[in-house]
Amino acid sequence: MAVFPLDTAPRPSPLLGRMSAPPTVEFHGVTKRFGDGPLVLDRVSLTVAAGDFVSIIGPSGCGKSTALRLIAGLSPLSGGRIAIGGQAPEEAAAETAFVFQEPTLLPWLNVAHNVELPLRLRGTPAAQRAATRARVLDLVRLGERAAAHPRQLSGGQKMRVSIARALSLAPRLLLLDEPFGALDEMTREHLNEELLAIREQERWTAFFVTHSVAEAVFLSNRIFVLSANPGRLHTEIAVPLPYPRTPETRHSPRYHEIVANVSRVLRSVVDAVA
Amino acid sequence: MRRTLLQILLPALTAAVVIAIWMAINLGLSADTRFLLPGPGAVIDAFGDQRTELSRAAWNTSQGALIGFGLAIVVSVLASLLLSLSPLVRSSLYPLLMALQMTPLPILAPICVLWVGAGLKSVALLTFVIAFFPLVVNTTQGLISTDRNLVEFFDLCRASRWQQLFHLRVPAALPYFFTGLRIAATLSPIGAVVADMNAGTSANDGGGLGFQAVIYASQAKYAALFATAITTCVLGFLLNAVVLGLGWLALHHWHDSYERSDR
Ligand SMILES: Nc1ncnc2c1ncn2[C@@H]1O[C@H](COP(=O)(O)OP(=O)(O)OP(=O)(O)O)[C@@H](O)[C@H]1O
Ligand SMILES: [Mg+2]
Repeated sequence: MAVFPLDTAPRPSPLLGRMSAPPTVEFHGVTKRFGDGPLVLDRVSLTVAAGDFVSIIGPSGCGKSTALRLIAGLSPLSGGRIAIGGQAPEEAAAETAFVFQEPTLLPWLNVAHNVELPLRLRGTPAAQRAATRARVLDLVRLGERAAAHPRQLSGGQKMRVSIARALSLAPRLLLLDEPFGALDEMTREHLNEELLAIREQERWTAFFVTHSVAEAVFLSNRIFVLSANPGRLHTEIAVPLPYPRTPETRHSPRYHEIVANVSRVLRSVVDAVA
Repeated sequence: MRRTLLQILLPALTAAVVIAIWMAINLGLSADTRFLLPGPGAVIDAFGDQRTELSRAAWNTSQGALIGFGLAIVVSVLASLLLSLSPLVRSSLYPLLMALQMTPLPILAPICVLWVGAGLKSVALLTFVIAFFPLVVNTTQGLISTDRNLVEFFDLCRASRWQQLFHLRVPAALPYFFTGLRIAATLSPIGAVVADMNAGTSANDGGGLGFQAVIYASQAKYAALFATAITTCVLGFLLNAVVLGLGWLALHHWHDSYERSDR
């Protein structure tokens, strides 16, 4: 991580100490339980390279959302350590953005105000907010709907706003918890392609939780399969498909082969739970 | 367009039917029982005869109702903010609020008179007591019912407690607040009239509609009594209309209780 002396800093001072590149993420024996409940995550160790797009799959309740919340610093670890570009989750929080399964937009704010809310909460000046808002709404192709309220949007559009809001912080680490789980197949595929297109312009490391193997394979270069009760890292699978990926990618034999392989692994893990 | 026309026509039709039934019953009564239900003409005459008394009483009652209502809004919002802090605060203060609400107004009235004297002050204070409860209960409920996902999002943004309050909890509580406000707007004029009957005074022309009703009843001026009833209704309607309008202004853009504007 580069730290510049104040007078040579290429960015205004509030941005000093920012990570200049997408971070690596390391789990060292991460353990989590809530109160004195059962173990949710049991000694999970993994390493994610800078700029990786990682998917996490596994049976329901195996601790995928919990893992993301730990990375976001929303919940304390019970044991072990997480390092994000060498920093603890709380220290990296300013560079981390979260996209929930629900769009979680404020219904009383229009699209523009929803998108710039995180910046407003940080005290970013209005001019800078407006510039950022225009940029991220363009990225998700919703520039025209800036004045609309959430209830005037379709499910897919709401999710796009939610993603734009996350991007407004110029995050270096993006955490997405089943963001497209509630959408129909076609919308989901479109948004997958858009997400990868945005990734070509914005550099971040991504953690993507999903129940769809096809989605995981299409998006990521690495897939972590968790097993349940307690959540453990079961397998790590590389996805050697080159970026940029296009709709054509879904028709390649290589893609189908990987999907079949990952499905088999996931199936064995799920069956072990049942 | 057809809907708005219907929305005007239907209530007008209802009113016409009610007045027709009213006249029919009045005409059906024999001469010596007609006083039980004075006809529309007699009531209109009473409005004319009693316009000085009625308008003064309406003004006095409006003052009491509005001061009490306004006070209830301010205090209930502050109290709700306090009550929303923790379940402990709520469980320690709710019994007190309940006790206040459980005590009937005619019993509170003499106590009130004892403390602040008969007249406007007492009427406003009693109206406050009546309007306070629905406001504080609803607003508190709104402040503590914020969508968990949104709270989590604010936590993620590292929002301060104040930011969370003003950017999230307060706007999210608005629909609840307006529900309380509508109930309170209905109760306030009624409260002010009943308070006036129990704690009003005719000194310095201070009597309100409640006081006036007692006088008319004792003088067997039944048409004037009906005119008083109608005046009270109109006050209630006006206050409700204002509150409905404010609710519309605050919520129609986004809240599901209002139709989508672009449907
Ligand atoms: N705040 C909490 N308090 C107590 N237990 C919790 C809490 N959050 C999650 N858990 C428990 O932790 C376990 C893992 O939950 P988590 O939400 O991480 O699963 P998941 O893998 O995301 O499941 P799904 O695929 O259904 O979303 C579950 O058994 C759940 O009951
Ligand atoms: Mg989950």
